[in-house]
Amino acid sequence: MFYPLQLLSDWISYDFFNLNINSRIGSSINFFIYDSLKIIILLILINYLMAIIRYYLPIEKIRNFLASREWYGFDYFLGSLFGTITPFCSCSSIPLFVGFLSARIPLGVTFSFLITSPLVNEVAVVLFLGLFGLKITIIYIISAILLGMMSGFILGKLKMEKYVAEYIWQIKTREIEINQKDKPFKELIKIFWHDGWNITKNIIIYVIVGIAIGALIHGYVPTLFFENYISKENIFAVPLSTIIAIPMYANAAGVIPVIESLIEKGVPLGTAMSFMMATVGLSLPEALILKKVMKLKLLFYFFGIVGINIMIIGYIFNLIF
Amino acid sequence: MQIEVIGSGCKKCKMLYDLAREVANDLGLRDAVLYSNDITKIINMGLVSSPVLTINGNPVLVGIIPSRNELKEIISKNF
Repeated sequence: MFYPLQLLSDWISYDFFNLNINSRIGSSINFFIYDSLKIIILLILINYLMAIIRYYLPIEKIRNFLASREWYGFDYFLGSLFGTITPFCSCSSIPLFVGFLSARIPLGVTFSFLITSPLVNEVAVVLFLGLFGLKITIIYIISAILLGMMSGFILGKLKMEKYVAEYIWQIKTREIEINQKDKPFKELIKIFWHDGWNITKNIIIYVIVGIAIGALIHGYVPTLFFENYISKENIFAVPLSTIIAIPMYANAAGVIPVIESLIEKGVPLGTAMSFMMATVGLSLPEALILKKVMKLKLLFYFFGIVGINIMIIGYIFNLIF
Repeated sequence: MQIEVIGSGCKKCKMLYDLAREVANDLGLRDAVLYSNDITKIINMGLVSSPVLTINGNPVLVGIIPSRNELKEIISKNF
């Protein structure tokens, strides 16, 4: 599918820039051009598609649906699943948390949503598809959904409601009728484009920087360089990479291209995956934001339980691959 | 006429506020745009995303930043 892009990048790097195909710089530049082109095309396509989904399925509708009836535990799955299709902006994490709780959606289900949403978004999926292929992408999405379900379920069972900032329970919400006036098709196409392009535009710089770092690793770090240090047999590698990742703040767009190159150089997939999930899903800035709506104890449990589950996923990945 | 941008204080909310102020100025509506970071207002309206732009108390934009022209059209339409 991406074969013409490879031809184009080969032409640019080896004919146009006249770089040696076996040199480090040649290999780095070729890698950079090919990955950038591939990812930018995929980003534009998927962001357009997601703009359509968002238009017909706004988050308010999801909340109304989850709050509409008793789900008997199935809602952990639904919350997690909806988290995957909803774009996550840390701007919205507080209104979302408060809005879900005041609609009487259980705390655990709200967490399921909050955990899965940043892990699986269109950008992460594009990068996974482009860099790791379909199989690993699907396994990643399933693990993220499981992570959201398990962590949300445990947090729900711990009956932590009393550690949510008290004022939240006083807020009343109401079900809102989402009225989408029937706009002409021509206008909709423009709206979707604008909406999708806005997201692409905002993250493109992170993606390019991530790919550039990845390209440097690709060209300059010897093959299997990391294998000696971070082997699968080292049982501390997974927890260590999870813990190191928490203070790092980066979005999936920048991290995934770097991860791809690390794996190529011998970092086990599961270890890399734990690192990535913890970077994207757990971050100190997010903790500071969430501190406004939950007490320290709940925040601590939230990070702890999600962190442990991320490590479990890392170990499982290392076992399978 | 009152335009209010309500957000959790993030970058996107500030961007929308600045844009709304510029557009309101272009339309000759000086000081018509207010900024609030009281998220209970958002929840009370039944919404869950931020930022929200309201005109005379009615939410007209939720969670997105429109283009300048789009915002101009929205404000003039609800004038």
